[in-house]
Amino acid sequence: MSQPNTPGAEFSGSGATEPGVDQSGRKKLTFGEGGLAIVFAFLTVSCITVAAKATDPAYAFHAYLSAFASLATVFVIFNRYFDRPAALPPLEIDGKPNYNFGPVKFATLAAMFWGIAGFLVGVVIAFQLAFPVLNLDLPWTAFGRLRPLHTSAVIFAFGGNVLLATSFYVVQRTSRARLAGYLAPWFVVLGYNFFIVIAGTGYLLGITQGKEYAEPEWYADLWLTVVWVTYLLVFLATLWRRREPHIYVANWFYLAFIVTIAMLHLGNNASIPVSVFSPKSYIVWSGVQDAMVQWWYGHNAVGFFLTAGFLAIMYYFIPKRADRPVYSYRLSIVHFWALIFIYIWAGPHHLHYTALPDWAQTLGMTFSIILWMPSWGGMINGLMTLSGAWDKLRTDPVLRIMVVSVAFYGMSTFEGPLMSVKSVNSLSHYTDWTIGHVHSGALGWVAYISFGAIYCLVPWLWKKRELYSLRLVNWHFWISTIGIVFYISSMWVAGILQGLMWRAYTSLGFLEYSFIETVEAMHPFYLIRAVGGVLFLVGALLMAFNLYMTIREPGAAEADSGVRNPSLVPAE
Amino acid sequence: MNETYRALAEFAQTWGLLYFVGLFACVLFYALSPKNKKQFEDAARLPLSED
Repeated sequence: MSQPNTPGAEFSGSGATEPGVDQSGRKKLTFGEGGLAIVFAFLTVSCITVAAKATDPAYAFHAYLSAFASLATVFVIFNRYFDRPAALPPLEIDGKPNYNFGPVKFATLAAMFWGIAGFLVGVVIAFQLAFPVLNLDLPWTAFGRLRPLHTSAVIFAFGGNVLLATSFYVVQRTSRARLAGYLAPWFVVLGYNFFIVIAGTGYLLGITQGKEYAEPEWYADLWLTVVWVTYLLVFLATLWRRREPHIYVANWFYLAFIVTIAMLHLGNNASIPVSVFSPKSYIVWSGVQDAMVQWWYGHNAVGFFLTAGFLAIMYYFIPKRADRPVYSYRLSIVHFWALIFIYIWAGPHHLHYTALPDWAQTLGMTFSIILWMPSWGGMINGLMTLSGAWDKLRTDPVLRIMVVSVAFYGMSTFEGPLMSVKSVNSLSHYTDWTIGHVHSGALGWVAYISFGAIYCLVPWLWKKRELYSLRLVNWHFWISTIGIVFYISSMWVAGILQGLMWRAYTSLGFLEYSFIETVEAMHPFYLIRAVGGVLFLVGALLMAFNLYMTIREPGAAEADSGVRNPSLVPAE
Repeated sequence: MNETYRALAEFAQTWGLLYFVGLFACVLFYALSPKNKKQFEDAARLPLSED
């Protein structure tokens, strides 16, 4: 390896020497390595103390888990120190950026793992709704505990790892700079996944705040805050050292996602623990204010986590895969600013016909309808990027997945504002229509653009010419698409039927149907939905196999023919 | 309470509206200004011209 021409500046100690090397050129511990080792050693002791005095066995389990993870971190830091050469990895080698793809690879594989876990739990709870006996009469397997496990696994574990992987990839490539930090990127990726483990095991053991999409308790929230701030700093520091004068639009979307999620997370988790030895905490907001903050958080988790972050993926991976520049860069700028300024106000539409003041409900509805504009502007920009390259849809199933995902984005961002209209909401709210809407966005848009990005990333990262099999990608696409269609169409019918049954009156003014009759009427639709979920899971398993074979295969896979686009060959 | 609401609503309906319209005008100006045309055309090609 060539000598570094610029030192990895983060975490460097004071003094004129390069970090990791002392005056005489010998290896020395950097400030970051030493500092982190001390912090984690301290955390190990603290966690064991907390575990010993914990009021709740599940909390004690989490404390022991944290103690073990902290101790392992200390070990890993020193192990890494003893194994590394004296100098930290150079920023550039022979004038080319020395990209840091280790954390990107880890997050990509973690995304695939959590994705399958999350889809599987989704299938289980879909069958539980059709056949309640599958709750097994055990607290740990009850629908109420598995449902947040499913939502968190797919949104935060699968989606979150996709966002970590792609953001760390895209910011490096479009800045032509190595990821900032030596240990920091690894801290972000591993720390985030540790948060997922704590959150997920907590739900099963009954630890929850009971706030949708914000279930983890105070100690997990605190940990996530530290991880997230580090994420922001790594991202900003990488942009700071960029060699491109312009910050590419995908990075703007990533930055909006990171900053807004930090703000939402802090606002919605402003809670005070009963004691450090207890997992229980109480939120400082009360009554309807708490509800409003919760849905300000909840809807912007959709707007900034599941939309802004994944739009960043759209703006990088679709042009890259289609080998066409963005249709209109100017439109992408208007799209960005309009989207982030409007989304933040749409939350109150989750609280129609509640104790929330009427004007706030109307405000939420109005902004939701205005959102049509930026959403469709973005969709058009994504789709039109293919102008002049539409033929690639026929030959490249990866591009097809991404384009269909943008189409689903258009559909679900049309449906969402429609459902936010109060008179429509009076029919749709609390019914399965909402579930169908969420899944057309989550499966059709978020998961599909993620699949497309991962299918692109894996050959690039592992330096393969192409995927193991494009034919398998094609199978994945069709099986999952049929699954999604089953899912959303059954939920439309179920939801509207449910809503109409709930509001049906007899000529004497009594309710026509008892609640249990409406539940019985749902059974066939729940079965169709569960089958849709199984198909989606099967598609994801095909994908995992395809990725495994791609990584394992020595050199390039030559199996499929027809779609050898030379520009798609990894550029590394 | 009602007075506070009325005052806030009035502020939002006038200055808030102007603020958003102004902001949107600035974004449009920045995006559509002929001076930035070249810069944005180059930027659009950024992902395609990586080393």
